[in-house]
Amino acid sequence: MGEKLLNALNIDKSFVGVHALNQVNFSLSSGEIHCLAGENGSGKSTLIKVISGVYAPDSGEIEFNGRHYQKMTPIEAINQGIQVIYQDFSVFPNLTVMENLALNSELADKRKWVNWKRIREIAEESVKKINFKVDLDALVGSLSVAEKQMIAISRALMFNTKLIIMDEPTTSLTKKEVHRLFEIILKLKEQGIAILFVSHKLDEVFEISERFTILRNGEIVGTGSTKELDQKKFSYYMTGREFNPSHFIPEHIEKDALFEARNISLEKHLRNISFELHKGEILGITGLLDSGRSELALAMFGAKQIDEGQWYKNGEPVRLDSVRDAIGQNIGYVPEDRLSEGLFLPQSIGDNIIISEIDKLTKLFGVMDKDKKEKEIDHWMKELSVASPLASNACQTLSGGNQQRVVLAKWLACNLDILILNGPTVGVDIGSKHDIHAILQNLARQGLGIIIISDDLPEVLENCSRLLVMKNGEIVANINTSTSDEKTIYSYML
Amino acid sequence: MKKTPKLLSFTDDLHIRRLTVIIFGWMIFIALTKFSKFYSLLNFQTMASQFPEFGLMSLGVMVTMITGGIDLSVVGIANLTSILNAFILLRFTDEMGSLPPGMILLVFALAVLIGALAGIFNGLLISKFHIPPILATMGSGELFTGICLAMTNGNAVSKFSRDYAQTINAKMFSIIPVQLIIFAVMALIIWFLLSKTSYGTKIYLLGTSSKAAYFSGLKVDTLIIKTYMLSGMAAALGGMIMLANYNSARADYGTVYTLQCVLIVVLGGVNPIGGKGKISGVVLAIILLRMLETGINRFPKISSYYISLIWGGVLILVMVLNYFSEKKVPAKVTEVPKDGTEKKD
Amino acid sequence: MTSIGQSYLKKLSRRNEPYVFLVLLALCLLIEIRSGQFFSSNNLVDISSAMIVPGLFAIGAFMVIVSGGIDVSFPALASLSAYATTKFLLDIQYEGNVFLALVIALAIGALLGAFNGLFIGYFKLPALIVTLGSSSVFKGVMQGALNSKQLTTIPVGMREFGVSSLFIAKNPVSGLTSRMPVAFIALVVVLAIVFVMLKYTMFGRAIYGIGGSEVSAHRAGFRVERTKFIMYILVGMIASLAGIIRTCMMQQNHPTNMLGMEMNIIAGVVLGGTLITGGRGTLLGSMLGTLLIVIVENSLILIGVPTSYKSVFVGALIIVGTGMSAYQVMRMNTEKRTKGRRKEAVR
Repeated sequence: MGEKLLNALNIDKSFVGVHALNQVNFSLSSGEIHCLAGENGSGKSTLIKVISGVYAPDSGEIEFNGRHYQKMTPIEAINQGIQVIYQDFSVFPNLTVMENLALNSELADKRKWVNWKRIREIAEESVKKINFKVDLDALVGSLSVAEKQMIAISRALMFNTKLIIMDEPTTSLTKKEVHRLFEIILKLKEQGIAILFVSHKLDEVFEISERFTILRNGEIVGTGSTKELDQKKFSYYMTGREFNPSHFIPEHIEKDALFEARNISLEKHLRNISFELHKGEILGITGLLDSGRSELALAMFGAKQIDEGQWYKNGEPVRLDSVRDAIGQNIGYVPEDRLSEGLFLPQSIGDNIIISEIDKLTKLFGVMDKDKKEKEIDHWMKELSVASPLASNACQTLSGGNQQRVVLAKWLACNLDILILNGPTVGVDIGSKHDIHAILQNLARQGLGIIIISDDLPEVLENCSRLLVMKNGEIVANINTSTSDEKTIYSYML
Repeated sequence: MKKTPKLLSFTDDLHIRRLTVIIFGWMIFIALTKFSKFYSLLNFQTMASQFPEFGLMSLGVMVTMITGGIDLSVVGIANLTSILNAFILLRFTDEMGSLPPGMILLVFALAVLIGALAGIFNGLLISKFHIPPILATMGSGELFTGICLAMTNGNAVSKFSRDYAQTINAKMFSIIPVQLIIFAVMALIIWFLLSKTSYGTKIYLLGTSSKAAYFSGLKVDTLIIKTYMLSGMAAALGGMIMLANYNSARADYGTVYTLQCVLIVVLGGVNPIGGKGKISGVVLAIILLRMLETGINRFPKISSYYISLIWGGVLILVMVLNYFSEKKVPAKVTEVPKDGTEKKD
Repeated sequence: MTSIGQSYLKKLSRRNEPYVFLVLLALCLLIEIRSGQFFSSNNLVDISSAMIVPGLFAIGAFMVIVSGGIDVSFPALASLSAYATTKFLLDIQYEGNVFLALVIALAIGALLGAFNGLFIGYFKLPALIVTLGSSSVFKGVMQGALNSKQLTTIPVGMREFGVSSLFIAKNPVSGLTSRMPVAFIALVVVLAIVFVMLKYTMFGRAIYGIGGSEVSAHRAGFRVERTKFIMYILVGMIASLAGIIRTCMMQQNHPTNMLGMEMNIIAGVVLGGTLITGGRGTLLGSMLGTLLIVIVENSLILIGVPTSYKSVFVGALIIVGTGMSAYQVMRMNTEKRTKGRRKEAVR
C-alpha cells in the first residue's frame, strides 16, 4: 500500500437539528481500495461531500496529499485530484459521447471556445485509458447504464486523479458488468489511484476492498481490514442489531396451481416460458439484468403484452393485456423502481395505500366514503407497522423500508391472490430488509402466492422455496432452494 | 402591505393565507382612500358579474394543471361555444324578438356539450397521441379560433335576441348576479369532484407521477380525457357569459385571458408540475385580480393599464416569497435516496 | 463506405429537419402548381421579408427552449422596448440615422432580459411563470407608465432604414414589385452569430448541457445560474432588435400588435424538431419550422384559401406536426424500453 493520501481528522458536521457527522476520523492511502458502508442516513453521503468540498465541516481538518485544509472547495478538490462519480454519473444524455468525455476537462482549462478536433482527441485519449470501446458520435442517452458509467470513469481520469469516489457504483449493473468494473478498479489501483467505494452490498465489499469503514448515525462504528470482516459482524455494524436469517419453509402448498404460464414468448425478451405458482409458495425468479426477468415481471402484471402463450389462473385461461386486467385477477406488483413507479412521494401515506382499491371505498357516483377510507388506512398502517405519526404525512417523509411497506400495503389492501415483487429490498436498509422478509413469509403462510424477482441470491435463497433461473429469455433451471447454494445458481446464470 | 413574520410560519395553507392577507390589505387600503367609490352594492355586483367569464376558464386550467398538464385552448373553446350558440340564437329570432321558454337552458346544455367535445379532443391528443399538453392545447386553441374565424370572417355575431343577455345579466333576488351563480355552481362542482370523490384523489396522484399511476392500475388515459373534458365544459360556460356580457360573439374576444388564466391558477397556488393545488386558492386569486383591477379604476389619475404591471408584479413577488420560505424549511437532512424524486426543470 | 453512408442516412432520418423540409417543399410546390405565383421572384422576396421578425423571435425562443426553459414574454418585451425607443427619439427630435435607435433598443432589451434572467437563473423560478409575470409587467410599464398610444410617425432615421432595400424584385407577369429590406441582413447576422455561439463556444454548449441535465451541468463546472442569466439577456436583445425592426418596416409603432405572437413562434420552433423539454434541436430546424408557419400565414391566399382560414391551418399544422414527432419519440422509446408511460413535461 502506498503513502498516506487522505487524512480527515475529527470531522464534525451538523444540519438543523441533526448531527450528521460526529468526530469522524478517516484515512486512506494511495492505491488503496476502501469501502465505505452504512445505512441510509448514516452520514456516508455527508462524509463524501465534505471530502469533495461540497460541504464545509463545522470543525475538524482535512489533509490531502500533504496539504492541510480547514475546508475544501469543489474546485480545489478537483485540482488536487479528487473525483466523485455519482450514482447518476452526471452525464448529458442529449450530447454525444465525445462531448461528455471532453467538456469537463475543457471547462477546467477555462476554455471559452470549442475546438471540435481537440474535443475528439481528448475523448479518444480518455477512452483509451481504460480500453473502453464506444462510438464517440453516439448520444449518451442511447447507451446502457454500464457504458454511461465507463464514460464517467474515463472522464474522471482526465484530471491527474489521485482519488476516485464512487457512490454505489454497482446498483444497476449486471454481474458481468460488475466484474468488468472491478477489473478496471484494480487497474486503477496499479496506477496508484485510491478508490473510495460506497456500497452496502456485502459480497462486493468482500470481493474488491482491502479496508472498510462503516458509519452509523454519523459515527464510525467499525473500520479495519476486510479480511477480518464477516457477514454477521457486517450486519451488526450496519444496524446495531443481530439477525439470524431464517430460511422460509412453506407450511402448506396447495396441489393445484394458482397461476400458470404456458409457453410465454415476447419478442427478443422471453422465449417459451412455462411455470406454475401454488398457493402458499414463495417462488423466486433470478437471472442477470438482461436475462428477461424484468420483462417477465412486467408481462405477468400486464404492463407488457406477450406475443405468444397463455396465462392460467386457478386452471382457467386468463388474459393479462393491461395493468387493469392483472389487478382484476388480483395480481399485485411491487416495482423495481419504487420511487418512480410504486409511490406518489409528495402525496399522503393514506392516499398511497388506498389508491389501487379506491373504487371500492366509494359510495354512490364515486363519492368517497370517508369512514371506510380512514378505517382501511388505519388498518394497513397498523398491520404493516408503518412508522409514521400521521397517515396524512407525505410519503417522502418515510425511510426506504417504510416506503416499501406502504407499497406492500397498497397491494395487500386489494385482497390479492398473487403478489409479484421485483427487487423487493433494493435500497432498503438491512433492518427493514429483515422485517420485509418476515412479512412476506407470513403472507405466504396465510395462503398468498408470492413471486420474488431478484438478483440478490442470499435473499432468494433465504425466502423462496423454489427458484427459477433465467438466461437469455429462457428458464434454464428450476431449483429447490433447500438443496442448493449460491455457486450452483450462479453457474446457471452465466 | 407589510408581511408580518407570523405569516411565515409553515402551514399547509401558507399560500392561501398570504392571498387572503393581500386581499384584505388591498380592501383596507381602498377603504382608507376611496371608500365610497368602492364599497357600494353596485360596485360589488359589477365585479361579481365580470370575473366569472375568466374565472370559469381559470377553473378549467386549474384541473388540467393538477394532472400536470395545462390547457391553453380555453379561450378558443369559449369563443367557439359562444359563436355557435349565437348562430343558433339568431336562427330563432332577431334582436327584438323573444326566445321561447327553456331556450336559454337549451343553449347552455348545448354549450356544455360543445365544451365537452372540444375537451375530449384535447384529451385524446394528449393521452392517445402523446402530444405534450402545452403543445396539444396550443394547437387546438389555434384550431378552434381558426374555425371561429372561418365561420365569422372575423366579424362579430350579434343582433340575437336581447332576452339572452338580459337573463344572464339579471340579478337573482335583485341582488346576486346570475353570472356569479353560474360561476359558483361550477366552482362547487369542481370543489366537490376534487375533494370528495375518487376522481379527485386520482388526478392529484396522476399529476404527481403518471408512471406510478399507471402501475397502480389507474385508467390514466380516461382520467386525462375526463379532466380536459371538464376544463372544456368550464371554458364553454365562460364563453356563454362572455356572450351575455358583450351581447355578441367574436373570434378574438378574450384573447388576453389565455395567459391570464394560467397566471391566476399559478398565483392560486397550483403547482405547474402537477399534483398540488386547491380550488380555494384559485378562487381567491380570481377575486384578488378583480378587486385590484376595479380598485385601481377608482383612481382616475392612474391608468388602468397599471393593473397588468401590478398583476405580473404580484405573481413574481408571490413566487419569490415561496422561494424564500421553501429555502428556510430545514434542508433535506436525511439523505434523499437516489435521484428518483428529482424533478428536472 | 456504403455503411458509413447508410449510418449517416439513418442518423439523418432520425432528425426532424428533413421531414420539415419535405413538408415545406410539398407546400411550396402545391402553391406553385395551383397559383403559378409561389416561385415568382417578388413572392419569394415577400416571404423573406415577412420572415425577418418571426425569424429573429424564433432564434431567441429556440435558445430558451434548448436550455430547458420557455419564454412567453418576448412579444411584450419587444413591444415595450420598441415603443420606448421610438418615443424617446421622437421626444428629443432626433434626426440622425438608425444606429442610435438600435443601440437604445438593444440596451433596453438587455435590461428587460436581465429581469427574466434574474428570476429564472438566480432565483430558480420556473421559466413559464416568470415570463408570464414579466410579460404582464412589461405590458403594464408600456401601457401604464409610458401611457403608450399608436405612434403614426417615427424618427426619420428609422423611417429611412425601414424603406431602404437591398434590391427590388419585379414579377414579369403581374408587374408587381417587392423590396428586400436591408433589415434582412440583421436576421442573417444574428443567425450566424448565434449559430457560431451555440456550436463553437463553451457558453453555447452550456445551454445544451443545461437543457440535457441541469444537475450534470452544475457538477461539470458550468456556471448554470450565470449562463441562464446571460442567455436571457441575449434573448431580450434579439427580441428587442426584432421589435425595433418591425417598427421601422411598418413605418409606425402600434404598441400592442405584436402581443400574442408567442404561441406561433414557439410552435414553429417545436415543429422544427426542437424538443419542448430542452436539450435537443437545431437552429436550421427552427428556421424551417418558422418558415413553414410564415408561408402558411402569408401564401395560402395564393391558392384561394381565404385569410380567415389561416388559423385553422396553423392549428392543424401544430397538432399534426407535434403529434408526429411525439409519435416518433414514443416509438423510439418502446423500441428501447418497456412501455412505461412517460411523464408529460409541462413548461
